[in-house]
Amino acid sequence: MAKGESNVVLTAVVAGVLAVAAFFGVRAAYDFSHERIAMNQRARLVARLNSVLDPALLGHDLTTTRLSFSDVELLGSSTPIDVFVLSDHGQPVATVLTSVAPHGYNAPIDLIVGVGADSSVTGVRAVRYRETPGLGDMINRDKSSWIEQFRGKSLLSPARETWLVKQDKGQFDSITGATVTSRAVVAAVKNALLYFEQHRDAIYNAARETAVTEHEPDL
Amino acid sequence: MSPTSNNLRTTVVDKLWRNNLTFVQLLGLSPLLAVTTSAVNGLALGLATAAVVLLTNIVISLVQRAVAPAWRIPLFILVAAALVTGVDLVSNALFDDLHEALGLYIALIAANCALVAQADTVATRRPVVEATLSGLATGLGALGVLVLLGGLREITGQGTLFAGMATLFGPGAAALRLNFHFSGMLIALLPPGAFFGVAALLALRARLTQPCADSAQ
Repeated sequence: MAKGESNVVLTAVVAGVLAVAAFFGVRAAYDFSHERIAMNQRARLVARLNSVLDPALLGHDLTTTRLSFSDVELLGSSTPIDVFVLSDHGQPVATVLTSVAPHGYNAPIDLIVGVGADSSVTGVRAVRYRETPGLGDMINRDKSSWIEQFRGKSLLSPARETWLVKQDKGQFDSITGATVTSRAVVAAVKNALLYFEQHRDAIYNAARETAVTEHEPDL
Repeated sequence: MSPTSNNLRTTVVDKLWRNNLTFVQLLGLSPLLAVTTSAVNGLALGLATAAVVLLTNIVISLVQRAVAPAWRIPLFILVAAALVTGVDLVSNALFDDLHEALGLYIALIAANCALVAQADTVATRRPVVEATLSGLATGLGALGVLVLLGGLREITGQGTLFAGMATLFGPGAAALRLNFHFSGMLIALLPPGAFFGVAALLALRARLTQPCADSAQ
């Protein structure tokens, strides 16, 4: 009986020591890593933004301002989405919209669309999607260069009525075997450009105001 | 001395090959099937798993005598969960790209039934040395299968081997990449390919062990 009781006490002591050790171990791992993880995330975001910018802007000392906008019809999401404005000494030179193509084949496709100061597309990337591997996932720049065809296009060239895939009498190539995916992306990029056209001043003004109040680290 | 070391050798051979966690007990298949699209993914998850199994085995076997039997498994899970959280955080900080590829599966090591099986059969019952060796052999056994299946699927799926090793070992390791000059069959990288791969490896293992079983009779 006495032996059993001492065993309980010993068990409790060992359990307590292990619990405290586990706590401080996890704490130490967190202290070691949380700043690096934040840096990694920031580097990932910067790389993502850079991938859709006009290459001529890379290397310039730009200020990035993160804004939030919401438009179900044109940006494809009922929740607010991020809009990044890159400014050169207070002057907006590029905008990156994170828009959603709601009619992907399996699920909505998350895109980022870079738009230059002249309202033309500087680059598009698919950042999250569940398209069919081997077909629809050709929207991924690592798998095919299909998504590069938007670079340099605007609502004037080609004319906005022809922002469609060629099967629908438009100007854009579609991915063989993935017309649904291609349609969804072409429509989403067009809608992002429409949103930018309609809200350009609001976006730029918001960026200027935010940039005055909180100067974010440079890209 | 000799019977003991003989015993230990049996333990190691048993965990590595004869009773391999993945091949024979068919445990821990969900991460195995999900992440083995390349050798480096398999290697990374394998290393994380092996480290966690080894360290939890050591800690628990050290305290097993002091702890009432009913408490051993809960404490094992506590230790394993803390270690997995640590591995998850540190790998996120140091191997960002790889962590992105492995996603949830590092955190899910804590829920790997293989760990609890180890705890139940070895860590809480056997001496420290044996538990340590057993943990190591179990981890390495799982690691071997992960790398083997990852390599097999990488070769057949995209015609390369050890692509992306730089994400684990730094830029110098990029030279390890082997190209087989064929574009690969996509199916090998898709979920069905994982089952085909496991089936092929199981068949190969059966072929290798079958003659021994026959001659024993």
